Amino acid sequence: MSTQFGSKRLVVGAHYGLSDWLAQRVTALLMALFTLAVVVQVLLPGEMGYDKWAGIFSAQWMKVLTFVVIVALAWHAWVGVRDIWMDYVKPVGVRLALQVFTIVWLVGCAGWAVQVLWRL
Amino acid sequence: MSTIGTTERPVYRNIHVTQIVGYRLPLAGIVSILHRISGALMFLLLPLVIWLFDTSVSSEVSFERFRSAFVAGIGFVPGGLVKLVVLALIWAYLHHFFAGVRHLWMDMVHAVSKEQGRTSAVVTLVLSLALTLVLGARLFGLF
Repeated sequence: MSTQFGSKRLVVGAHYGLSDWLAQRVTALLMALFTLAVVVQVLLPGEMGYDKWAGIFSAQWMKVLTFVVIVALAWHAWVGVRDIWMDYVKPVGVRLALQVFTIVWLVGCAGWAVQVLWRL
Repeated sequence: MSTIGTTERPVYRNIHVTQIVGYRLPLAGIVSILHRISGALMFLLLPLVIWLFDTSVSSEVSFERFRSAFVAGIGFVPGGLVKLVVLALIWAYLHHFFAGVRHLWMDMVHAVSKEQGRTSAVVTLVLSLALTLVLGARLFGLF
């Protein structure tokens, strides 16, 4: 992987996309595993209602996993949405504005989700 | 040498949005563009997803608010529309999930042939649409 810091860091050209590509796949795998973890617990015997649903997320290991997934989701969405802007939006100013909006949107949503999780 | 600057050279550009309608995509191409569209949709609806998460887990009182969102609606948005938007979210999640697993599978086994691309695209579409249908029926109270 290319150097991301210092005077020899890679700022243009090919290869810096590899880390994005890998990050998108690793975060996707985490979210897929999280999905399975939630689905299995929902399908476990017991009537579905507030107690069962909230109980799934109040277990400590699920809190940790959900927190990791919130971060993974924001990272994953950042790579994907940035790809969309880079493909379709050419003017640098508009693209920058959209990228800033994307970061604000994702960080805001992630913060809200973590806040909900921490209250449980 | 005299022809330099006079011959018409072909120029290839990205296709424009208006041309997409007339473009016939292979199934793998349809899965691919739907992967992007479903991702963008979920990105835009993220606050709704977190609102649903918030109200459904926070307390029994908020859980009732969560349930009534599908009947009485949220604010000025009627319950039927909430159901439709959630159905769109369900489809987007399922399509994005299966199309993503398809990507991981392709990366792992180096499935790059035309036939593999087509077969896995069919599997992705069938699985995501069938599950959307089942969960949609449950959402609209058909069973």
